Amino acid sequence: MSRVGVITFPGTLDDVDAARAVRYAGGEPVGLWHDDADLRGVDAVVVPGGFSYGDYLRAGAIAARSPVMGPVVEAGRAGMPVLGICNGFQILCEAGLLPGALVRNHGLRFVCREVGLRVEAATAWTSSFTVGQELRVPLKSGEGRYVADAATLDALEAEGRVVFRYTEPAPNGALRDIAGVSSADGRVVGLMPHPEHAIDPLTGPSTDGLGLFTSVLAQLTASAALR
Amino acid sequence: MARVIVDVLPKAEILDPQGQAVARAMGRLGVAGVADVRQGKHFELEVDDTVDDAELERIAGTLLANPVIEEWVVRRLPS
Repeated sequence: MSRVGVITFPGTLDDVDAARAVRYAGGEPVGLWHDDADLRGVDAVVVPGGFSYGDYLRAGAIAARSPVMGPVVEAGRAGMPVLGICNGFQILCEAGLLPGALVRNHGLRFVCREVGLRVEAATAWTSSFTVGQELRVPLKSGEGRYVADAATLDALEAEGRVVFRYTEPAPNGALRDIAGVSSADGRVVGLMPHPEHAIDPLTGPSTDGLGLFTSVLAQLTASAALR
Repeated sequence: MARVIVDVLPKAEILDPQGQAVARAMGRLGVAGVADVRQGKHFELEVDDTVDDAELERIAGTLLANPVIEEWVVRRLPS
C-alpha cells in the first residue's frame, strides 16, 4: 500500500481530513511533523491547509523554511508527487516549488463557500479526471488570490500547468481565475480550494475531491508495478 | 552593533486592497488630498559587525520580502 505523508505544522488545521482522504482513497497516511529531518520513506506528500505559524510574516513563509520542507523540496524537484492545499499551496509557492504567490483576496473578505472548479490539465494528482470535468469543493481562505507576472502566467498556460480554474469569476480575484497550478513535470500541484473536504456526502458538498487522492495512488501503484 | 531598517511594500503592479481600504477610511474621516495609500511592513534589525550588506540583502530578499509580490529597501541607521 502506498504511503502518503501528511505534514502537520504548528497551526495546521486540515491534516486530519487530508489523512482521512488518503485512507478513503486506499492509501496509508503517514503523519509528518514540521520539525522532522526526513520523510519517513513516504511515496508522496500532502501539505495541508490551516494557518501554519499563525500566518506570521506572510501566509506560508515560515513553514516554507521549516526543517521538514528541506526534504520535501528536494523530493518534489526529483519527481515525488506533492500536493499543497490552501495554506499548503501558499507554502509550496513560498518554498519555490511552485511559481507565483497567494495574496489577500481582492474584496478583503475571507471567502468560505462551495466553488466550482474545472480540471484543466492531467497531472499526477488529476489523472483520474477528464480534462474539462467540473468539481464542487469548498473554498475557505482570506489570502487565496493567485498572482504572478504576465510572462509567468502566459508560460503556465502555454505549458498546460494551470491545473484548476474557478468555473465562475474567481471569488478571491485570482488572476485569470486560476485556482491551482503545477510544476513543469506535473508532479507538484497546489490549489486553494479543499478537495479533502469533499470526499464523503455526509460531510462535504460532493465526493469530487477524492479523485485527487485516487489519482496519485493509481500513479504510485502503476510506477511500483514497473519497478 | 548596528541598527538596520528593512521596509517592504507590495510591488506597484500588485493590487493592495488593504491600502485601498485605508485610503477609503481617510475619506470617511474627512481627510482630503490623499491620493493613494500602500501598506507594507517595517522591520528593525539589530545586527553585529559580521553581517555585511550582501547578507542583509539576502535576508531581505529571501525571507523578509517575497520577490514575486514585494519590493524592499535596506537602510543602515547611523550609530
